[in-house]
Amino acid sequence: MSTVTTTADGTRTDDRSRAAVRHVLARIGRYVFLCLVLAFFALPLLWLATAPFDDTPTIGTSLPDFTLDNFRALLDNPYALTSLVNSVWLAGGTALLVVTFAALAAYALSRVRVPGRDALLYGLLLLSSIVTGTATMVPLFELAVRANLIDSRLGVILILSGGLLPAAIFILKDFMDATPTSYEESARVFGASPLQIMRHIVVPIVRPGLATVGVWAVANVWGNFLVPFLLLGPDKRPAAVIMYTLYTEGGQADLRLLSTFSLLYSLPVALMFVFVSSRYGFRFHGGIKR
Amino acid sequence: MGASPAPDAAGLGRARAAGFLVPSMVLILLFLVVPAAWTIYLGVTNYRLTGLAAANPEIVGLDNYTRALTDERFRTSLLLTLQFVLGSAVIGQAGLGFAIAFALRDRRGPLRRVVEAFILLSWILPSSVVAFLWIALLDRDAGTLNALLGTPGMAWLLDHPMLSIIIFNTWRGTAFSMMLYAAALENVPRSHLETARLAGASTWQQLRDVVFPRIRGHVLTNLLLISLWTFNDFTPFLITAGGPEQRSEVLAVYVYKVALSGGELGFGAAISFIMLLINLVIALVYLRTLGRRKEAP
Repeated sequence: MSTVTTTADGTRTDDRSRAAVRHVLARIGRYVFLCLVLAFFALPLLWLATAPFDDTPTIGTSLPDFTLDNFRALLDNPYALTSLVNSVWLAGGTALLVVTFAALAAYALSRVRVPGRDALLYGLLLLSSIVTGTATMVPLFELAVRANLIDSRLGVILILSGGLLPAAIFILKDFMDATPTSYEESARVFGASPLQIMRHIVVPIVRPGLATVGVWAVANVWGNFLVPFLLLGPDKRPAAVIMYTLYTEGGQADLRLLSTFSLLYSLPVALMFVFVSSRYGFRFHGGIKR
Repeated sequence: MGASPAPDAAGLGRARAAGFLVPSMVLILLFLVVPAAWTIYLGVTNYRLTGLAAANPEIVGLDNYTRALTDERFRTSLLLTLQFVLGSAVIGQAGLGFAIAFALRDRRGPLRRVVEAFILLSWILPSSVVAFLWIALLDRDAGTLNALLGTPGMAWLLDHPMLSIIIFNTWRGTAFSMMLYAAALENVPRSHLETARLAGASTWQQLRDVVFPRIRGHVLTNLLLISLWTFNDFTPFLITAGGPEQRSEVLAVYVYKVALSGGELGFGAAISFIMLLINLVIALVYLRTLGRRKEAP
């Protein structure tokens, strides 16, 4: 009787200690894995953090001899700052257009019974995920040539807006469906016109939705390379395209220029992201990129 | 999507509502529907950017398609695209994204925030910038990777172009999968995992029997979305431009080279149409599974 108990107890402690060892090993494994992940994701970014401030930047990462001269060199390049201004135009114009048009469409779809509405929305969303810039670069180029939209900022803004609108309408309609109609109804009782109601009641209520879509559109256009690369000439090219020409067409790349330019070009989206995540919390529904 | 709260609370009326829809619909029609239809038309012509066929394109029927299907370069490109999607989206982004989300599932605090911040940063930075960062990292003579690994003179982009763009795209896109799986894992009750662990289930058994059945919908959504995006991704062009010797020429880059640098618009459009069809298949599978998930949550 007593021997049995000892054996049972013995195996139980043995099991328990084995489980404890496994637990510790799993913890160590998890830390090692996370450190490797951190190294993998941080490694390419180190250059961006050091080279712009390095007196003599090289292509490899090294501790910088701190200087801010590189930013002065950037001012001398004729394309660098213009391209950033071009990026602002494209991103701002597209965001404005997308937010305005999508808000109008989403409101109409949310409040007025349009036959076949849900089918229309799903159809548009499906279409926009199938018809991508890469698959339609030939007709888009053709279309731009025929409609005289080659080398036109407006052309790029319109094309990009067309691509972003279906998803923007979809997101905004969800927002508007979720807002109660009681304010609109009482305003109407007091004799406000539909357009007054839109301006003074609907827009303020769905402002977070408008902001989300605006930020999402800016982020999309800011990094977009293909469309402006195909359609715009040297003077109108945004930062995405200039960045690429800086390291491919220049022969020996000017690393001072390249590093400072990369940093300046990256900063706005990084700041925007920090702003959005601190304000709304960057969890899954807050995704700003498709 | 759900039903609308109430019909027409602001008294918009049908006519004005239609007016509100017009601007969006015009842009969508012009820049999504028309290009898609035009691709179908151009694909059956011998249209070129320059020369005789530029002035008077002729209908050549399915010639472009038969040419594509018998073209060695097209088939190689299709195969490379498949490798790219499988390697960087399915194994890379989804696999790594899940592993990270799982490793971080019950952690709070600085380690989690730092890891997430770096991964998200690699996702939001402009593609031209990150492309150069990788070119610098992988540089043959002074690149950081060769210095770290002690492999001076290793030309990663020339000797392993596909591996390079696959790892690059994994790096760039893992954030999306990580966030999606992090949200999904919150639906898995911790007590179930705890019970499984106390019952002596290994990590693999916990994943298979407890975690995976509960997040199957998320996994499928994730795989289809990232496959669609990766399939259409033009960013490899920024790193290897399809080279060397077309060894990293995925379909997106191939279309650009054939149609816009090479000037064969008709042939390029035919390839584009094949891409559109593949996109359609992926999207339909996605919508079907989405619909099924809504019916049986």
